[in-house]
Parts: sequence; structure tokens; C-alpha cells
Amino acid sequence: MSRPLVIENARIVDPASGLDAVGVLEVEDGRIASVTTGTAKRAATAERIDARGLMLAPGLIDMRVFTGEPGREYRETLATASAAAAAGGVTSFVLMPDTLPVIDDGALVDFLVRRAKATAGVNVLPAAAISKGLKGEEITEFGLLKEAGAVCFADGRHSIQSSALLRAAFSYAANFDMPVVHHAADAALVGEGVMNEGHFASVLGLKGIPAEAETIPLSRDLQLALLTGVRYHAAQISTAASVELMAAAKQRSRAVSCGISINNLALNENDVGAYRTFFKLSPPLRSEDDRQAMVEGVRTGIIDVIHSDHDPQDSEVKRQPFAEASDGAIGLETLFAAALRLVHSGEVELMTVLRALTQRPAEILGLSSGRLAVGAPADFILVDLDYPWQVSEKNFRSRSRNSSFEGARLAGKVMATYVAGQKVFEHPRGDAA
Amino acid sequence: MARPSPAGASAEAKVHGGPGFSKKHLLGIADLNAYEILDLLDRAERMIPVSRQERKVLPTLAGKTQINLFFEPSTRTQGSFEIAGKRLGALVMNMSVKTSSVTKGETLIDTAATLNAMRPDVIVVRHSAAGAVELLSQKVGCSVINAGDGAHEHPTQALLDALTIRRHKGRLLGLTVAICGDIANSRVARSNLLLLGALQIRTRVIAPKTLLPRGIENMATEVFTDMREGLKGADVVMMLRLQHERAAGKMIPSVREYYRFYGLDEEKLAFAKPDAIVMHPGPMNRGVEIDPAIADGERSVITDQVEMGVAVRMAVLDALIAGRNEANP
Repeated sequence: MSRPLVIENARIVDPASGLDAVGVLEVEDGRIASVTTGTAKRAATAERIDARGLMLAPGLIDMRVFTGEPGREYRETLATASAAAAAGGVTSFVLMPDTLPVIDDGALVDFLVRRAKATAGVNVLPAAAISKGLKGEEITEFGLLKEAGAVCFADGRHSIQSSALLRAAFSYAANFDMPVVHHAADAALVGEGVMNEGHFASVLGLKGIPAEAETIPLSRDLQLALLTGVRYHAAQISTAASVELMAAAKQRSRAVSCGISINNLALNENDVGAYRTFFKLSPPLRSEDDRQAMVEGVRTGIIDVIHSDHDPQDSEVKRQPFAEASDGAIGLETLFAAALRLVHSGEVELMTVLRALTQRPAEILGLSSGRLAVGAPADFILVDLDYPWQVSEKNFRSRSRNSSFEGARLAGKVMATYVAGQKVFEHPRGDAA
Repeated sequence: MARPSPAGASAEAKVHGGPGFSKKHLLGIADLNAYEILDLLDRAERMIPVSRQERKVLPTLAGKTQINLFFEPSTRTQGSFEIAGKRLGALVMNMSVKTSSVTKGETLIDTAATLNAMRPDVIVVRHSAAGAVELLSQKVGCSVINAGDGAHEHPTQALLDALTIRRHKGRLLGLTVAICGDIANSRVARSNLLLLGALQIRTRVIAPKTLLPRGIENMATEVFTDMREGLKGADVVMMLRLQHERAAGKMIPSVREYYRFYGLDEEKLAFAKPDAIVMHPGPMNRGVEIDPAIADGERSVITDQVEMGVAVRMAVLDALIAGRNEANP
């Protein structure tokens, strides 16, 4: 097959094995052939890359990405999302089923798998809808969807309100040993709310979303998860009280986990400022107290996964009065650098942040990637951890521009991204970003 | 109260007596400091005689174009802005944009670009979404006045309320103003709390908990859920309109229960100071938030508020356009 590849002199960081040392990574036939500390012994036939000064880590696995394909290709295609992912060091992402049509049928999953193979450089992992049409009324064909290649079930932006339907979905998913990823939001408590409920929303005259709109359905989900034994993943939590609920549930079950959007870890409600719609998100940006509790949750491992919640929206739906604008922000290209903020500030160890971006999502989804183990897919990244750069929308590979980090100064940049041993991204020389 | 009308010419001289106004837009009271608020009140004071004289014109805006862009129907505010502009000699055009929830925002940006190309000097905007007027102001080259955006702000209402209070009480400092009703959904309440707060006047809000927004304790001096307690010693009782069609059954059980506990009647008004005045931004729901006898009674200054509304809007239009241009040519 392809020529063997040797990466030398890199600082290899692998959360799954706990390795953090300068060493050599060898790749053969798209898989990791060896990981050793020290210097290389490989024959001269191999392609050698000197990665002195760079960190080598498993490629990131992003558990929450939206695109516009099929149906809204002007927002994002699998190809543009893949290019953005590669630039951000993301070698695999879970694709949410909120497309036109909704991914709730085996044939559509099959289409996505083929389409991704043809157009995307990174691994695209389709999530199939839990409920038909994301309507929260009837469950989809879990068995057929799994056979077609779905990695988990999720209703994307939607939250199932019926406890009975959720119970059925959880039981049936357990039957097929498939994880269910669910966004917990009480539709009636969210109501017309558009940002975190509190003083700041009151000053802006915007309707608020209370923390209880998340904690009440999360508590229900966790009880049903314990009842049914499903592998349950709370898609994204945002409040301090949710961390407490997760901590309590984890005492009783190892099958429950949760994720958080990088936005809720790095930003807070004050970033909304004067009705800036790029900060209109779901769940909403919460208070600074909540954010700090989230950071602590990542540090202790109560929060398993950090994801980008990459959600491309065009200016037509974002250049609107705040209450009428769509939710969502893109994030694939800024995910890792924004997460490194927590490392640079000393709040969380590098290994812990990486674990939430690689090992844990792989374990939750049952993937062999997300670690630097012999035989695992050679999905890895080379990172300059201190590289300073400023986010600028003109450099985005994504087709949409709705970034909540526009103009932010970040430290840490992915210099190269490899998928199955093939280079899918290299940081252009002399490029500021 | 009626004084002999000064001649138009001398009134004009007085209007332009002071220094220019530094702001381009009036988007909210939050953008104004105490001096700017008092300056606008003084300017409005000088506008009152214009509307009381026989020839109600002070053509400081002659040759200027004013567009009233209302995405929400409003007979009184739109009419008040129209009369204010016309008395200053501006060419006034009214645009009422019917909106469905689907096309609302699209219409806002598109309409802004279209209107901007017609080169108006000022656009007066009302919109159902908080922040919409600020968004529009970023898209046009002329001055923009907020005539109410969602539950955010209604700055000219707060200014006219302050002017009405000052004329009836002879002062603002040292007064206690109680605002009663649907605080959560009221832009009038927010703008009034901001204005009175900027002038360090004691404010109270009175409402059932379901109609109080989170964090209100940071916006008002005192918060009450019992109307009698809240009205004790108040100099000014400001009632708010209850959107009872929307609130009934959800935020309050019924109109009759609301009236029993939060409607202003003689018995509750007796807790306020004997010379307390009663205000309402209109349109009133008689028998919902206020007893008709009080609304039309001698302590009501509600029709004065309407008159002051025209004066305040004339002052704001003049300050933003004529006053500003003179100071910063």
C-alpha cells in the first residue's frame, strides 16, 4: 500500500495510554504501527517527518456537527465541513440528522456514508434521528439505521418532550446496544425564551430561559436511562445544577455521559452584549458562575466530552433582531484553540482537555480511533500549542461565517492533520491564521 | 396653566439657545446621562408653547424628511411623532409595515436599505423585537429614534413621563415613583426605571411575581408584590397596560382577580400621598388595571402626558437633527 510514515521528535500526548513524552509514531497502511519514546529506528524507505516543537495527539472527535447537506448546501456541505474540520484538527465528526430531509431512514444514512466517502477528507459519522422527522412522536428503525452505518441516535436540535416515547426509544436502543444522544430542553419552560434568564436578559428586554428548562428534562432522562440501561449521552449541558445531576447519576451507572459545547465553556451571557446574534445559542450562554462550574466539571471528568456544536447559519437568518434570529454558531475551526484557553489559563490540564476531545467520545461511540494505539486508525494531529493567532472570518473554510469567536486572539494552532495516515490539512506557511 | 403664546421667532431663538446635542440616535434611555436627560426635558419645556399658540409651527426642520416606520400598529405614538414632525416643518411620511412572524426580520433589513436610499433625515421606528431598532440604526445613514422595541425601551415615553411629573410636582428630586403592573413585558417600565435611576429618583415596582422579570431588584429601588404596601407614600402612581388577552390564564388567573389585587381603585390609591398624581402610558384597559373614575378623575394627568408627548418628540427631533447639525456642522 502506501509508503510507511514516521513522525519523529514530537511530544506525543495520548490520553488513552497516559503517554506524554517525546517519541516516534510509525504509520503503515493507514494504521498506527508503533508508538515509542526516544528516536526512530525505521528503514530509510519510510517518509520521515521531523515534528520537533510540536505536539502529536490523536485526531479530535467532534460529537456535534450540523451541515446543510442534504437540503441547505448554501450553508455547508460535507466537503466544506470536512475542510473546516481538518483545519481544526477534527478527524471524525458526528453529523446531526437535522437536514432536509431529516436523516431518519436507512437509505439516507447510506447516502451520507457514500457522499462523505466521495467528498469528505475526514471521517463523517452519521447520527440517525431518534424520532421520525424529529417530531418526537414515533421512533425510527433503529436496527436498520444501525446496519446502514449510523453511529448513534440523536434528535439534533430537538428535544423529545414525551417521557413515554423516550422510555421506548431508550429501551429499544439498549436492545441494539446503540448510544442515544439527547438534547434536554423543556419546550414549555423554554417558551419564547432566547437567552439565559436573569438580570441581563431583563435589561435587554429579552425573554429568558431558566436553568430548570434543562435540569428538569435532564433529570427525567437520567432516571429513564437508569431504568432502561441504555448508553445515554446528554448532548450538551449548560448549568451548574446539571453537573450535579450528572455527578449523582454517574455514581449509579457507567452508561451515562454528557457533553458540553465549547461555547458554554469559553463564553458567558455577557458576550451577547448589544444583541449580538452570533451568541444566540441553544442551550443559551449562561452566567459566569455556571461557566466556572462547567470548567470544574471538565476538570473532574463529570463532563465527558467537549464538542464544537458547529452549526452553520447564513446571514439571512442571523442578521435579524435577536429574538427572531436562528440559534447556532460555527466552531470546527476554533474548537481546539478555544479549548486550549482552559489549558493556558491553568484551569484544566492538557491531558484532560484532550481526553474530552478524543478518548471519551471514542469510548462513548465505540470507535477504535481517538487513541494512539497500535492497530488503531492513524488519525492524528500535529499542534503548535503556543502559536498565536486571531480568528478572522475571511480565513474560514466553512461556508458560513457565524462564528462566536470572530476577532478572538487564541494560542495554539493545528499545523497538520492526518486521517488514516494521509495528510488532509497542513497549515499554510506565512498565513496569519 | 395656559400662558400667552410667545411669538414663533423668539421661541426659535430660545430653542437654539443652548449647546448642541451630541447624539445621533435616540435608541434608549440607557445611552443618556443625567445631563442629557435634563437637557432634553428643558428643550421639551420650550416646545410646549409652540403647540399652544395659534399658528402651531416652528419650522426648524423645514426641508427635512421624517419617516415613521411602524412594524407594530400604534395610533397614538405614531400620531404624536407625526404631529411633532409637522409642527417643526418636516415632511413626514408614515409607513406601517404589516408583518407575519416569518417575514418580520427580512422586512426590517430590506426596508431599512430601501428607506435609506430615499435619503431621509430621521427614521422613527417601532418594532416588536427588542434590539430591532438598534439593528436598523446600523443599516441607515440618518438619525434613528426608537418608538418602542419589544420589551426593551421606549425612550420618548419615559421623557414625556418625566416632563409631566416635573410640571405637576415642580421638581423630580426627592419624589417617590411607583410603577405598577406588567413590568416583565413593559418597555415603558424599563425606560422609566432607567431614566429615574439616572436622576437618582426613588422607584418602586409593584406587580405579582409572575409579571416581574428576573433581576428586577437590580433595576428598581424597591420591589413590592402588595400594592397597598407599594403605594404607601408614593408621589406618583404610574400604571401599565396589561396585555390581558395574552396574560389571562397564564401569568394571572383572570382579569377580575388582577383588578382585585393590582387594579388602581380609590381604596388602594388612598395609600399614596394625598397629592399623588396618576399616570398611564395608554391605551388604558378601564376596569382591568385602573378604575374608570380614577382614569378620568382629577388626580389623573393622563391627557397631559399626551400633550407632553408631542413636546418631547418635537424636542428630540429638533435636538437630533437641527440642534445637532448646528453644533456639529
